[in-house]
Amino acid sequence: MSTPYYVSPEQIRQDKEDFVRRGIAQAKEVVVLEYREGLLMVAENPRKTTFKISEIYDRIAFAAAGRIAEYEILRVVGIREAEIKGFRYYREDVTAKWLTNLYSQHMGAVAQAWDAKPLEIELLVCELGAADAPDGSTLRNNRIYHIAFDGIYSEEEKYAVIGGRATAITGILQQHYADDLELSAALQLVTDTFRTVEADAEDNYQITPQTIEVACLEQTVERRKFRRLSTDEVTALLS
Amino acid sequence: MLDLSDYGTSDFFHILKRRHPELLTTLNSSDVVPNPHVPESSFRHYEGTTVLAVVYDAGVVMAGDRQATEGYQVGERRIQKVYPVDRHSAIAVAGAAGPCIEMAKLFQVEVEFYEKTEGVSLSLEGQANFLSHLVRANLGLAMQGLIVLPLFAGYDVKRQSGRIFKYDAIGGRYEEDDYYAIGSGGKDARATLKKRYTPQINRQDALEIIVEALWDAADEDIATGGPDLIRKIFPILYTVTEDGVTEVPEATVEALYREFISRL
Repeated sequence: MSTPYYVSPEQIRQDKEDFVRRGIAQAKEVVVLEYREGLLMVAENPRKTTFKISEIYDRIAFAAAGRIAEYEILRVVGIREAEIKGFRYYREDVTAKWLTNLYSQHMGAVAQAWDAKPLEIELLVCELGAADAPDGSTLRNNRIYHIAFDGIYSEEEKYAVIGGRATAITGILQQHYADDLELSAALQLVTDTFRTVEADAEDNYQITPQTIEVACLEQTVERRKFRRLSTDEVTALLS
Repeated sequence: MLDLSDYGTSDFFHILKRRHPELLTTLNSSDVVPNPHVPESSFRHYEGTTVLAVVYDAGVVMAGDRQATEGYQVGERRIQKVYPVDRHSAIAVAGAAGPCIEMAKLFQVEVEFYEKTEGVSLSLEGQANFLSHLVRANLGLAMQGLIVLPLFAGYDVKRQSGRIFKYDAIGGRYEEDDYYAIGSGGKDARATLKKRYTPQINRQDALEIIVEALWDAADEDIATGGPDLIRKIFPILYTVTEDGVTEVPEATVEALYREFISRL
């Protein structure tokens, strides 16, 4: 019987990370950004029904970059678990932190399994803060969690980016982001940022209202805060 | 790891039955057997009564009184029997109050779950059909007298009109063209609607005949609550139109009742 070769844990981890990084490098970006009335999410996505951004629960939205088959199932499972929890207890007991941990544990387990390929995806889980929060500030109560392929997640402030050129986009946002932007100004900032990074890209992806997917979580009286913006609405906001 | 095995079903009720049957104790109750040694009086529960729906020119109005009875006593004066479901539909329930409210809640989650997972709304017809399954799932309790009967109404975006669906205890689904009322005062409310309803009625007239129908139901049926002018409790009314589901403001309902009473 032959003895299996020893491979160090660092090596295994590094191999998986390199593998995922190559996959994610191809993925188009999604940006989430805090604006005056809530959280704006924008993705480079020309398709009409396959979304990168979607509604999970009353105040919670989901955005993903990477392989659609791999994140689509997590999106649906997230909705399922959120609805079960809300049905069992109370709708306000469903939080982005809880959902992030759920995804994180799952993605971490897949990444560590010796016989499985790590998920080539990155996720953002966003939650709109309650308008009647004790400190009176809706903005500071918004939550943005960024989950990497291996389940390691971080809590982000004001904005977050996933996808191949996340670092470049984050760099631009660092320079130009301002608090309390109007929805149109926030959308303009993201599209301008996309154009800047696309100017350096080879495929010359045109950023128009038809080629971006836009949604937001906004403070309204409705229970469901998620709203997908139509191409017409995006055109109007950018004009 | 998360269990990904039921990906592909958009049926929340099915998922709950499979994964969390403990959350469906009343709506999945074929194993509940009455014990002859326990007196019936210890099974006292709340009953909700009259609810109705009326098609009008822009959609449909759903309404319900606010009283729940416990035997011959008033159990609850402010119970809600009409619930919005999605952007274009609403459900009203009559019968054993606990399972009624659970059915309305589950049905709302079911429709929303479908919409979120599939990315498109479940059609009105699809919603009406699904409700049949929920009613049928309650058959075990219904056989023991804990009946739950929903009235379902919505705005059909394709047909551009309001529609009403009623159900029987074994899940039969029947469509009504103009109006319907169920619950202990349902027959009395229907009698009024029958005399006062005209096709293509406008919103104001629809609200007026509903107020009158609920008044008559409360007048004839001891389980139906009338307007409570002292405690300021009035029936709950929702309109369902192309623009969505909107609750008729309480002040409007109060004004309608005061106007109606002044004409008596």
